[in-house]
Amino acid sequence: MSQKTEKLIDKKGLRLDGRKPDELRPIKIEVGILSNADGSAYIEQGKNKILAAVYGPKELHPKHMALPDRMVLRCRYHMAPFSVQERKSPAPSRREIELSKVIREAIEPAIFVEYYPRTAIDVFVEVLQADGSTRCASITAASLALADAGIPMRDLVVACSAGKVDDTIVLDLMDTEDKVGSADVPVAFMPNLGVVTLLQMDGILTQEEFENAINLAIEGCKKIYTLQKEALRAKYISVKEVEE
Amino acid sequence: MSTIVVRVKQKQIAQLIDKGKRLDGRGLNDYREIKIEQGIIEKAEGSARVLLGKTEVMAGVKIETGEPFPDTPNEGVLTVNAELVPLASPTFEPGPPDENSIELARVVDRGIRESKAIDTEKLCIEPGKKVFVVFVDVYVLNHDGNLIDASALAALAALLNTKMTNYEIEDGEVKFKPGYTELPVRKHPIAVTFAKINDKLVVDPWLDEEQIMDARITITVDDDGNICAVQKGGSGYFTPKQIFDAAQIAREKADELRKKLGW
Repeated sequence: MSQKTEKLIDKKGLRLDGRKPDELRPIKIEVGILSNADGSAYIEQGKNKILAAVYGPKELHPKHMALPDRMVLRCRYHMAPFSVQERKSPAPSRREIELSKVIREAIEPAIFVEYYPRTAIDVFVEVLQADGSTRCASITAASLALADAGIPMRDLVVACSAGKVDDTIVLDLMDTEDKVGSADVPVAFMPNLGVVTLLQMDGILTQEEFENAINLAIEGCKKIYTLQKEALRAKYISVKEVEE
Repeated sequence: MSTIVVRVKQKQIAQLIDKGKRLDGRGLNDYREIKIEQGIIEKAEGSARVLLGKTEVMAGVKIETGEPFPDTPNEGVLTVNAELVPLASPTFEPGPPDENSIELARVVDRGIRESKAIDTEKLCIEPGKKVFVVFVDVYVLNHDGNLIDASALAALAALLNTKMTNYEIEDGEVKFKPGYTELPVRKHPIAVTFAKINDKLVVDPWLDEEQIMDARITITVDDDGNICAVQKGGSGYFTPKQIFDAAQIAREKADELRKKLGW
């Protein structure tokens, strides 16, 4: 936050990677790419490369943790040691433990947990390369992996960040913008229901900037939602074609 | 998980909230009674005990010398840790910090860090080599709901109470001299937490309300009315309007609390 020398937005109003303030990074999504998992998805968003896999519903061990009226959703967000500039120890950091919790709480509202009492679903997220807003891309991929596993859901959960750099509210922060910028607002959204399932913020924003950032992030979510649906269709339509 | 008693109370709590009332007689946007005591642990550089209704949290500040982070060579280091002490609740277990205590510590940390409450540049001893490290340890002693707000208050109260021993540099070594200087605290971030029950938001949920809430949102506000940290928790959701309203109320409540506490 202290390296004020670097300009994040140039005179033409373009960002470090040439994007406009309200522009997303290029996104590539694939569904069903791991053969052992019940559901999986891979997302590339800018230089982010993230894998998500779902195992379950399955029997829960230890058994006393099972709930009689609903399933237990477990989530692990983890970064590969080679995913960042300086090697990250593979042991879970405090940040990863917090993110595992908020990601779980972001996708749980979408799942009909009461359909599978006494069971567990495990969601594993592996960040292979990190380039800012990894929690958002992780949620986008995790909810696709759940859909791929055939888990009944109210909607797909899609996430995108917004933030403030050089006094401008921008969409989809990349690594440098997150580190040097003055605020970061990750938002997860269920477009069909119009509700927010993850919201965090750090930095300094006025009420107006805060509202603008959330609204911008939601617009970004809606765009990624279209790509999510396309990715799901791409897998299942091609399967159907092979059968024919 | 809800206890049986809470399940019985659940309907009553929800119905009352629907009418704009609460089981303990508060309005939807009222805090419980707040009591703060500072300087209660003589051996800590700073300390405070906060009572928020029956929720009790202690915070202690210890200061040591250490190395700065490579990306901020001229700044001291802030570390916040939280312990959900087993004597505070039947649901707290001994052992390494779980996700709840890590989240609690990180939300409190974010409020202090992002509001730039501590002037960390004044904690630099030798740029790139030696700085003061401020350890804030939050100790939850009795859990009756809303640990985040109580912990944020305790951490800030302890920091405001922190005295650093005077020092001088001799041959690159820190030598302490008699006398104290106050820790440079310039902002007073206040965390305001809401619980969503029956699609309505209530400020400062107590334990029974937390056990039946759908979701939780914490908004931390600095002295200028800027939002400096937000955290949604729980497995429910909020509409954008609920979030914007919460931010507005949080700014009013933070102002009110700061006036009341004389910060």
